Amino acid sequence: MMRYLVPLAVFVVLVGFLWKGLQLNPGEVPSPLIDKPAPAFSLPQLGDQTQKLATADLRGKVWLLNVWASWCESCRAEHPVLLQFAKTGEVPIYGLDYKDSREDASRWLQQFGNPYVASGFDGDGQVGIDYGVYGVPETYIIDGNGVIRHKHIGPITVQVLQDEIVPLVRKLKG
Amino acid sequence: MIPEIGHFALIVALCMALVQGTLPIIGAARGIPRWMALARPVAQGQFVFVVIAYACLTYAFIHSDFSVLYVAEHSNSALPLIYRIAGVWGGHEGSLLLWILMLVIWMLAVTVFSRHLPEEMVARVLGVMGLVAVGFLSFILFTSNPFERLLPAAPDGQDLNPLLQDPGLAIHPPMLYMGYVGFSVAFAFAIAALLGGKLDATWARWSRPWTTVAWMFLTCGIALGSWWSYYVLGWGGWWFWDPVENASFMPWLVGTALIHSLAVTEKRGSFKSWTVLLAIFAFSLSLLGTFLVRSGVLTSVHSFASDPKRGLFILIFLVIVVGSSLLLYAWRAPKVGLGGSFALISRESLLLANNVLFAVAAGSVLLGTLAPLLVDALVAVGVLGQSNKISVGAPYFNTVFVPIMVFAVFLMGVGPVAKWKKASVPELAVRIRWGGAVALIVAAIMPFILGHWSWLVSLGILMAFWIIVTVAQGMMERLRVHGDRPWSERLLSLPKSFLGMQLAHLGVAVFILGVTVIGGYENGKDVRMEVGDTVEVGGYTFRFDGVIDATGPNYEASRGIISVFKNGTPVMELNPEKRVYRVQRQPMTIAAIDGGFLRHLFVALGEPVGNGAWSVRVYYKPLVSWIWLGCVMMALGGLLAISDRRYRTLARKQRESLQEQSGTANVALPSAPVLTRAEVKS
Repeated sequence: MMRYLVPLAVFVVLVGFLWKGLQLNPGEVPSPLIDKPAPAFSLPQLGDQTQKLATADLRGKVWLLNVWASWCESCRAEHPVLLQFAKTGEVPIYGLDYKDSREDASRWLQQFGNPYVASGFDGDGQVGIDYGVYGVPETYIIDGNGVIRHKHIGPITVQVLQDEIVPLVRKLKG
Repeated sequence: MIPEIGHFALIVALCMALVQGTLPIIGAARGIPRWMALARPVAQGQFVFVVIAYACLTYAFIHSDFSVLYVAEHSNSALPLIYRIAGVWGGHEGSLLLWILMLVIWMLAVTVFSRHLPEEMVARVLGVMGLVAVGFLSFILFTSNPFERLLPAAPDGQDLNPLLQDPGLAIHPPMLYMGYVGFSVAFAFAIAALLGGKLDATWARWSRPWTTVAWMFLTCGIALGSWWSYYVLGWGGWWFWDPVENASFMPWLVGTALIHSLAVTEKRGSFKSWTVLLAIFAFSLSLLGTFLVRSGVLTSVHSFASDPKRGLFILIFLVIVVGSSLLLYAWRAPKVGLGGSFALISRESLLLANNVLFAVAAGSVLLGTLAPLLVDALVAVGVLGQSNKISVGAPYFNTVFVPIMVFAVFLMGVGPVAKWKKASVPELAVRIRWGGAVALIVAAIMPFILGHWSWLVSLGILMAFWIIVTVAQGMMERLRVHGDRPWSERLLSLPKSFLGMQLAHLGVAVFILGVTVIGGYENGKDVRMEVGDTVEVGGYTFRFDGVIDATGPNYEASRGIISVFKNGTPVMELNPEKRVYRVQRQPMTIAAIDGGFLRHLFVALGEPVGNGAWSVRVYYKPLVSWIWLGCVMMALGGLLAISDRRYRTLARKQRESLQEQSGTANVALPSAPVLTRAEVKS
């Protein structure tokens, strides 16, 4: 009898998780890094490997760090929004190409357009781990002092831009 | 007025579902023939009303009735007719209605093709399906009414998501849902067997064709989805391990295990409780898929309109359906018995291993799909710290999934040649040694012929040829039996179910070849091209002749003109497009593909880079179409298997024996007239 109850037990555990998951919004996970200095990195750039993308060089300005990958379908969904937003020149967007291959990533940008001032290539995901990336895409707003002020998980929509990102960026730029 | 009729028809359908889900089941338990007899007419009535509701929504779409909120959100006056019809399932509410439509179609099929079944069985099967219908009809009526009005009416609609405006996607959801929902029949059969306490070879024989048909539809549905993502989402990928793709793939894996397990239950009476469990799982995973897609607990491009209230409803429904089934299983399965015994090495044990592999594969896909959610929940309750957050993508799935499938393919070659009950290892080894040798030699040589050596390619070819050779061997052995008769006659005399199995297995080989060759020898270039520039890929020369403006019914496009030459002679012109749909302003890349049996030429436009130059991506994709060809062969194999004569002769025999029973039994079964009619017809 007992062994016939195993499937039920597994299911009960699963339901517990699903129920908990339902109460959480995947886009609203608090990050312990908010209001902490952004982990420093210096990565080779995606296009030109000899160039570096380093946090140290970005001191003094407000910028967005958008974590993306060519294998990520949700990134496709937010991509047109990012392209449009980049054209407004409101804030520079830097990319972190997370756990990807150079070829795939370059091809991806070539096909769908490149909203990034530059993208750091994080092939083994080390920088992503420092930032606590847990689902691609993610977007960080980093201020002039190199402090993470906001983190958005999941695709950026026009709504998110209007309600979260643009107001905060404007406030930070003062 | 029309939308109100549709709404009303849904309410009537719900009432009928309530009757169908209760009285026949109680009737079967208490032995009340008149209550059991309700199942068929009520199910047919429900079919009629759901069709009316569906037709009303389609009418509102065709006539662009923007006073219906759902139509206003998912259609537009400029949308071509075909997409107005397909637009019905372009959003949450309509997909649910499509789900229910598929459910009642399956119910109708059960009422028509179940004449040979005992009345109790039919009552229980339809009763269980009725309960499922109650759940989904209340879901749609209480949380997702597609007939809700928008007053005042919108001047025009917000248009269908451009991603969905494609012929491939127009038929993808109905196919997929046919498969998803089809597993409800196997599920209902399993629950009926548990309720009745009678689980035997005949039961397996009844559920087998239903399971196979559902599996066929699911196979086609997934293949279409993959084909669509290849040329619409595509930069040439054909599978992304997206949560929604996984949601359809998990029931497929379990369904595949179920088909094999049912074979054992039918032929040898073994694996009974395991088969029932798989039937429950296959449908549960279909429901779970619906939950994941509709509730928004996972982010995905597919999850349009997610709403926590809806998520909670599906979760409760899931708990009721799956929870009560598993409880019933825990209570009744121990009484079912284990069936025929078998040795450690036998066809049974090999099929059991196959089952375990498929179940593990489905489990690992489930784990990968839910991982973000699981970790999230653990972090939220404080079991894990923030630093434990993980991300799961294609790398995880490929690492876990491929090795499992390598084992499964090995078994695929051995299983069909092994004997039932007891097989000896030395004998098996002797029988498969030539096949193995041939496959090894081909795998060692082929990569050099194709271009260059790679371990992965060699492994893929080994797997494919292992299947091909063992299938050929199995055919030869069967054909040798009546050596004196002409070859064609011998082939036709083979059981259709055997041929179906062989064809489906061959389909797997074709699929693997496609995946392997495209993975190893795909050849592509991303280039900046000015007018007149040429680029050479895969033996073809592509000349960029500029971009012209084009206008579609509801979009503006830049259409590239690319002339393709082989050995200096022009062979074709390809026209990739960049489209911007007028209403949603979403840019879409439409690749131009020249599809061939042995290769695809794939051209897509990137971005304009000034001076009339564009970035252009040109691909040579060898054997890519074999991926989908393999899926079609698998589905056709299923079709061949269900056309096997024994299902028909069995049905006739059972009808006859039922009739005798009803003649001699002291209770006059109300179904007797139906049976007589069926007799006359056959």
